[in-house]
Amino acid sequence: MGMTGVLRPGHMQLKVLDLDEAVEFYSNVVGLVQTGRDAHRAYFKGWDERDHHSVILRDAGEAGMDFYGFKVASKADLDRLEKDLNNYGVTTERIPAGDLLETGERVRFEIPSGHQIELYAEKKDVGNGMGYTNPPPWSEAAERGIAPIRMDHALLYGPDIEKVQALFCDVLGFYLVEHIVLPDGETDLAIWLSCSTKAHDVAFVRNEEPGKLHHTAFLLESWEKVLRAADLMSMNKVSIDMGPTRHGVTRGTTIYAFDNSGNRFETFCGGYQSYPDWKPITWTWEEVGPAVFYHDRKLNEAFLSVYT
Amino acid sequence: MTTAYTVTVLPEGTAFASAADRSVLHGMEQSCGRGIQVGCRSGGCGVCRITVLSGTYTTKRMSKAFVTEDDLRAGVVLSCRTYPTSDLTVQCAPKPAATAPLASAETPRPD
Repeated sequence: MGMTGVLRPGHMQLKVLDLDEAVEFYSNVVGLVQTGRDAHRAYFKGWDERDHHSVILRDAGEAGMDFYGFKVASKADLDRLEKDLNNYGVTTERIPAGDLLETGERVRFEIPSGHQIELYAEKKDVGNGMGYTNPPPWSEAAERGIAPIRMDHALLYGPDIEKVQALFCDVLGFYLVEHIVLPDGETDLAIWLSCSTKAHDVAFVRNEEPGKLHHTAFLLESWEKVLRAADLMSMNKVSIDMGPTRHGVTRGTTIYAFDNSGNRFETFCGGYQSYPDWKPITWTWEEVGPAVFYHDRKLNEAFLSVYT
Repeated sequence: MTTAYTVTVLPEGTAFASAADRSVLHGMEQSCGRGIQVGCRSGGCGVCRITVLSGTYTTKRMSKAFVTEDDLRAGVVLSCRTYPTSDLTVQCAPKPAATAPLASAETPRPD
């Protein structure tokens, strides 16, 4: 089997200004499926996700990300990766099973960019509602709101991204897919990392302020679904940052928009399939515009200055 | 007809008309006004923070990371969550700027 160790992004806990308003937004506009609620949090998943949840909203009175978690293939992998992290000099903390609904023990650690990252092996399989025998291709939930298939990846802002890259690649088994180089021709502005055959599972942009979220991305099936998402955003007066357009990096089609707490999210489709033996793609500083927004061919002011 | 108020942004003194049922930032964008940086428009990112120097207004929920109780008392608000109830004079008070990694690098423009 090709995929072992870290499998995929499994959850992100987002801070929101008002939980009830955020639940309304993620249920009816984004079109995620709500699967649970505890004291200060609400749990959601994309219609085709099978594990209990991927997006967790926490009532915080401010915006931002609490942590980003990756699912690993087994408990043995979890133990091994924690040991590898410790040997690499990373301090880890065990969070008991059940702290997040229907989720096993989690290993949490801070990376040099200031983000809290988690690994976990167990989360309840609640299925996508279509069963495991002779399933239909989609369900009613696939058409409610923007209705992403799944939480797909995230772009995080913080310092020391070369140290982050080393940690993700040398310890957690990720590989570099694409990067944008600053005018000195050596230092990276941004890196796109994969632990799978997706063009990215997580990306980082160099930023002085640590621990920040640029966006969490939701996967759609087609460019037409991205355009449908744009219609739904305007019908619901959602604050759109950029798009619909295409990224040069990963070739994905995209819209950047903001939830009603100011957290940026992306509705994303496409991107090529990548493999760990492939050479990384380099974007030079002269072409940073098309690298990020292929049609506008320049960064907008918000790309580097607006994050939560 | 919806009441509109005049919002003046210092130090440039640029002014725009803002309908009473729209946020100051929304009013600026709708009337192609200038002077305040547009961010998330949802009360979370802090880039549209302003100090209201004169006039009256109401506010909706905004991030406590950028607007504390003391700020509110001092007239510091996020313009995307501030609704005028009279003409306003405001000054930009963006969140403390983190030094961009690109301070020395001019962003390239398309040909």
